[in-house]
Amino acid sequence: MTERITKSMAKNIYYGGGTFALLIFIALAFDTVHQIPHRSNEVNMTPSVVAGKKLWEDNNCVGCHTIVGEGAYYAPELMNVFQRRGASDEGAFKSYMQGWMAAQPLDTPNRRKMPQFNLTNEEVDNLSDFLIWTSKVNANDWPPTIEG
Amino acid sequence: MKYSSQMAAKPYFIFALILLAGEILFGLLMAIQYLYGDFLFPLIPFNVLRMVHTNLLIVLLLFGFMGATYYLIPEETETELWSPKLAIVTFWVFAAAGVATILGYLFVPYAELTELTFNNLLPTMGREFLEQPLPTKLGIVLVVVSYILNVIMTVLKGRKTVITTVLITGLVGLAVFFLFAFYVPDNLILDKFLWWFTVHLWVEATWELILGAILAFVLIKVTGVDREHIDKWLYLIIAMTMLSGILGTGHHFFYMGAPEYWLWIGSIASAVEPLPFFLMILFAYTMTRERKIQHGNKIALTWAKGTAVMAFLGAGVWGFIHTLAPVNMFTHGTQLTAAHGHLSFYGAYIMIIFTMVSYAMPILRGRPQGNSQKAQNLELASFWMMNIGMMGLTLALSAAGIVQIMDQRVGTELIGFMESQESIAGIYMIRAGFGLLVFVGLITYFASFFVKEEAGQTVGYNA
Repeated sequence: MTERITKSMAKNIYYGGGTFALLIFIALAFDTVHQIPHRSNEVNMTPSVVAGKKLWEDNNCVGCHTIVGEGAYYAPELMNVFQRRGASDEGAFKSYMQGWMAAQPLDTPNRRKMPQFNLTNEEVDNLSDFLIWTSKVNANDWPPTIEG
Repeated sequence: MKYSSQMAAKPYFIFALILLAGEILFGLLMAIQYLYGDFLFPLIPFNVLRMVHTNLLIVLLLFGFMGATYYLIPEETETELWSPKLAIVTFWVFAAAGVATILGYLFVPYAELTELTFNNLLPTMGREFLEQPLPTKLGIVLVVVSYILNVIMTVLKGRKTVITTVLITGLVGLAVFFLFAFYVPDNLILDKFLWWFTVHLWVEATWELILGAILAFVLIKVTGVDREHIDKWLYLIIAMTMLSGILGTGHHFFYMGAPEYWLWIGSIASAVEPLPFFLMILFAYTMTRERKIQHGNKIALTWAKGTAVMAFLGAGVWGFIHTLAPVNMFTHGTQLTAAHGHLSFYGAYIMIIFTMVSYAMPILRGRPQGNSQKAQNLELASFWMMNIGMMGLTLALSAAGIVQIMDQRVGTELIGFMESQESIAGIYMIRAGFGLLVFVGLITYFASFFVKEEAGQTVGYNA
């Protein structure tokens, strides 16, 4: 099959095809950036949610956990931890988080360990708010089950 | 060696291989911590091990690409490198920055590291693969820009070939898409969306151009096939790469908050992604069959063919397994992603660096027809150990992913993540075993560098 294709044909497919794909990609990317605020309920992104995201990054949480399916696979998915551990109740989830973060690392022998990050109560609440906000993002019905 | 400035490649190759040993070592430590949570805890928590593991990979690949470029550019352009001195200076800057960053990860708690490195001025840290402190990121920009400058200036004063054009396109793309590493929006979803512009468009677009260019160069050298013929193949491969890879970014946008149309676009475009890798296999084997010369460095050709095959398996087949949206609904964020990641990075990028090192290093050491037969035989043994090891650990991770999906996502009697992970322990043990084989393979590869040359050597192994 390759005998019938000349070098200049191949070159044209590369430049033409590459440009074509790139232009479509750029157009769709602009549209997506436009749609994300709505799909992620950006209006509910309070200063506490933003502070929680910063804590999430500063402590490299994604180095063990996945969030919205991305990250490391050492520890549970956290997009739906609000539903799983807080039964979708903000008060219950926040008090669960305070207890959980304070109890780390658990002393069960050879269980995978989560470090103690020494966060203040307010910081843990920020983290909770961030996870609650994330749980409400429209991710096309992902995750498929509560267990993530 | 035709041009003395090609020597600049040597420290890059050596350092890339040292970093590779470090990467695999940290991979093994992670494999053990997966099974025994107390191992190295709290001395080195998992996130730190992983950061070192993945960052070493990225940095070693950049070193490898740079070494490969500095070797091939003078021969392609038929002129000395614009500034061999700049190449050496940037080597030391990059090596020092790389080592300092890894030491920072290991000895300073991450949150403290963010404070020490001015992350509050421009927050860029704490995102997967882009964890580097701001000074390191700026250092990468500096090094990459001076590297591209060196390449472009050399090409401008010398011969322009398809290989140099493709290579430069890849390098410029690499630099441009890295800029997204400096923008971290407050909205997590927008953040993730733009993060892929660096991560995906590096590994599934621009780096593939670099890979294609290096592979074409080595094939010209070891098969003696007419350049016109090689160029046509190179264009065809990268044409398919661009057509599928750019819109294929969509396969990351299925379930992370982006609109529904990506379900279709990502599925269709990435269904085509195995094609360029399949063409790469045809390319390597066709050129081998039509070869005009019998090069003494047979192992380099073996690596070249191996790259095509393993890249096809890792990037093509293992990518395709979970790239269709309805399947990805269940596989997203499981060990299947890790399986694909391991085999594709190894098959496409680590192996192209082995290919280049195996071809160029003997020449840089004054052996134009390759190492002695004994050394090549040893290298062939390492080739198989590493390939079998990587294949084995990929299969183990795939099995782990499938169990995870059955446990957590299919049916009515679901169990939680931690419980599911316990049920996978045996498979993780097998994964660690194959990982060890990869490490032994790499040590064997290193040993092949130290095989003494005998007088009146015969070249080539008995394949």
